Amino acid sequence: MNYEIVIGLETHVELNTKSKIFCSCGGHSEAKEPNDCVCPACSGMPGMLPVMNKRVVELAVTAGLMLNCEISRYTTFDKKNYYYPDLPCAYQITQLNHPICTNGVVQVKTSAGTRDIRIKQIHMEEDAGKLVHSGRFSYVDFNRTSVPLIEIVTQPDFRSAEEVVVYLTKLKSMFRSGGISECEEGAMRCDVNISVRPQGSEEFGVRTEIKNMASFEAIEKAINYESQRHMDALEYETEELVQETRRFDDASGKTFAMRNKETEADYRYFPDANLMPIIIDDEWLEQIKANKPVAIDDKAVEYREAGISEKEIDMLLSDFKLGKLLDDIVALGCNAKDGATWILTDYAGVLRKDGKTVEEHNIAPEKLAAIIKMVASGEINRGAGKKILIAVVESEVDPVAYCNEQGFNKKFDASTVEKVIDEVINSNAQAVASFKSGKEKAFQALFGACMKELKGSGEPALIKSLLEEKLK
Amino acid sequence: MKYYTTIINEKGNIAVDDTILVKDVDATAGSYMLEGFKPLFSAEAVTRLENSGYTLSGKATVGEFGLDLVGEFSHYGEEAKELFGASAALVAKGEVEGALGVDVNGSPRRAAALAGVDFLKPTYGTVSRYGIISTAASGEQLGVYAKDAEGVAKLMTVIAGHDSKDGTSLSAEKYEYSVNEDIKGKKVCIIKQLLDKADDGVKTAVNAYAEKLKANGVTVEEVSEDIFDGANVAWQILMSAESCNNISRYDGVKYGHRSENYRNIDELYVNSRTEGFNFLTKAVILYGSDVLSKNRYKTCYDKSLKVRRLVKNKLDELMSKYDAILTPACSKTAYESYGIDGAFQKVYEESVFTAVPNLIGIPALVSGGVQLMGDHFSESLLLSMAHSAEKEGK
Repeated sequence: MNYEIVIGLETHVELNTKSKIFCSCGGHSEAKEPNDCVCPACSGMPGMLPVMNKRVVELAVTAGLMLNCEISRYTTFDKKNYYYPDLPCAYQITQLNHPICTNGVVQVKTSAGTRDIRIKQIHMEEDAGKLVHSGRFSYVDFNRTSVPLIEIVTQPDFRSAEEVVVYLTKLKSMFRSGGISECEEGAMRCDVNISVRPQGSEEFGVRTEIKNMASFEAIEKAINYESQRHMDALEYETEELVQETRRFDDASGKTFAMRNKETEADYRYFPDANLMPIIIDDEWLEQIKANKPVAIDDKAVEYREAGISEKEIDMLLSDFKLGKLLDDIVALGCNAKDGATWILTDYAGVLRKDGKTVEEHNIAPEKLAAIIKMVASGEINRGAGKKILIAVVESEVDPVAYCNEQGFNKKFDASTVEKVIDEVINSNAQAVASFKSGKEKAFQALFGACMKELKGSGEPALIKSLLEEKLK
Repeated sequence: MKYYTTIINEKGNIAVDDTILVKDVDATAGSYMLEGFKPLFSAEAVTRLENSGYTLSGKATVGEFGLDLVGEFSHYGEEAKELFGASAALVAKGEVEGALGVDVNGSPRRAAALAGVDFLKPTYGTVSRYGIISTAASGEQLGVYAKDAEGVAKLMTVIAGHDSKDGTSLSAEKYEYSVNEDIKGKKVCIIKQLLDKADDGVKTAVNAYAEKLKANGVTVEEVSEDIFDGANVAWQILMSAESCNNISRYDGVKYGHRSENYRNIDELYVNSRTEGFNFLTKAVILYGSDVLSKNRYKTCYDKSLKVRRLVKNKLDELMSKYDAILTPACSKTAYESYGIDGAFQKVYEESVFTAVPNLIGIPALVSGGVQLMGDHFSESLLLSMAHSAEKEGK
């Protein structure tokens, strides 16, 4: 029988704010020692009260706008009760009844085509701390406690691991471009709800949840393993599926049931009376909208109109830093289509040679723009531009100064070029002879020798035509 | 009776209930589960008093988390059970000019009534809750004990006003409290159903108080209003639920008592809390957990939120006809000792007199052994009425 995989996702994203969600502690990601970034409020000391960080609301709304959500004008916080030593108050402040964003949609494009993934809601919440286990003891580190998160909950709309990975890649790119989250390692975590049903069936199968995965690779592996387990259970009755929470073990590539207690927990949610309802009025919403970066799908349209190829658009949008680099050099006066080629072909190629990935790049947009502009204006040829680019990547030279130093932009008038060509012809009699006897390759050798004499700055077309003429 | 859990300055003129933080001074909230906790900050109200030249005498003994009737069930005060709360007693004896107390379940009001001093539970949001050991955030308020209304007004003017450290703090920078508002021609009602729940001594006191108000040109009428029982149930549910949640953090890991008898983290929690809390606190925790559970949330907690709104509407209606409500503050003129086993039931029965101001955030002033409630921000009117009655009594 053919089966259909049904997946819903809960994605936790750490927001890029200066301070925590309910206190003024900041910079937890730079904290060197455990509990460096902690105050009486976020460590849950008696007598301390949470005070809302407005920036968290703004970033959550921005995320909602990017995912085409409805923005709640009235939003409230609830307390979720459970005991764990990394949770100092024994409750987490989150949103249950009035989440900040609802009913969004995001498109995912895979080999199977483009499909809509509905977003059920986005809510704001605080992160928990972490435990460090050592010998007989466990130690508590509250640095991460109360760091602001948004949780994006989708409807069960995914039908493959590929769609999930494309969706997550898109979220990551969007959130980085929007300044919502750096989405660094561990700052984006997923719970995957998965079930399997016979193709064509309307009813959902038994659902399991795989908790807390941070890498896309693990998520993909976990979905593949878990869906196969479900299908085997249905097809061969290898086991009886039960609704439960599971964890993915990276080493074995398998999922394992967590203790059953977890799924049955009653978190006794109720409204947090310490935080007044947040009202998002027209003025505030307009202000947030005005500061919102261009949505990723709009960006694609913009690139398409500039004549950039679909393949290049996908590459630019899947890595926010590349897209940003292009936007920056365009702002500095470069042509978008040309710029895209420079970034995705030339620059990426240089990086690859150095054993780096494009994600690791750090070229200053001004330097790249200077090179592209020199080439575009005809001041230097493309080959010289590429040489400058290599020098910029390898030793961070100033492109214009380097160009002058190397003489790439030295202009040769036709008579100088002619003189050089004559010299080359005279001193390479053998090559000339073999060209004349019909060996096309010899022409390239002669041309190369001319270019070399002109230190790579000659106009290749001019040299070619003059050389051809002289060899006739 | 042991009045103080910690003495700060023997010459101090303000006592502070031990549910309120004073920097570097042990704060126990009457609980073994907070033993040894030294706060890093003072409560905002404490800071404001100190900045105005008041000195603190010490941390007054309170019942565990202030959840009992008058502060009798404290881990630290059990050796002597005197018949009213420590702060009220210190004010009555003239040892301090005033005291700060947290009113979550009426215990400071009850204690003040029994000791014959004044206590004001102000309008919710007028006094910062920063630095109070919280139990029920939606209704608890920091208030002031003094020997008379004038004393209350003076201290309240110092402590009230916006505090950015408390998200529930109202925006007004300052409030002025006066005892000199014109009360002539004002109308006060006595709630028949509440009067019926009190013994004869209390009834006599309420009627005598009414006479004093009348002598100052106030009209006093008895009315029938049966919302108070329902309001009490609603507040006990909300108060227990919120308290259960706030007290959760006292788990034996970070503060106070930790059991020596545990093999894993669950046992550490359960055994520490079982050994550390008193019976009344445990009852509140169990009751609060129950009303928040999946099975009961709709019928108990959520319903109580609806009752809260209903009570607010009823009181608005009442306040459109009357300027203040006169009620008993407790059922008896003298406190009767009772066993801890009956504490939960007793707290529930007595709270019928005090629950409404906590539930809907209106002010309540205890003075002369009785209670005056008013609309939001009507503190000065209540204080002026009490001031007139106090003058009558002299």
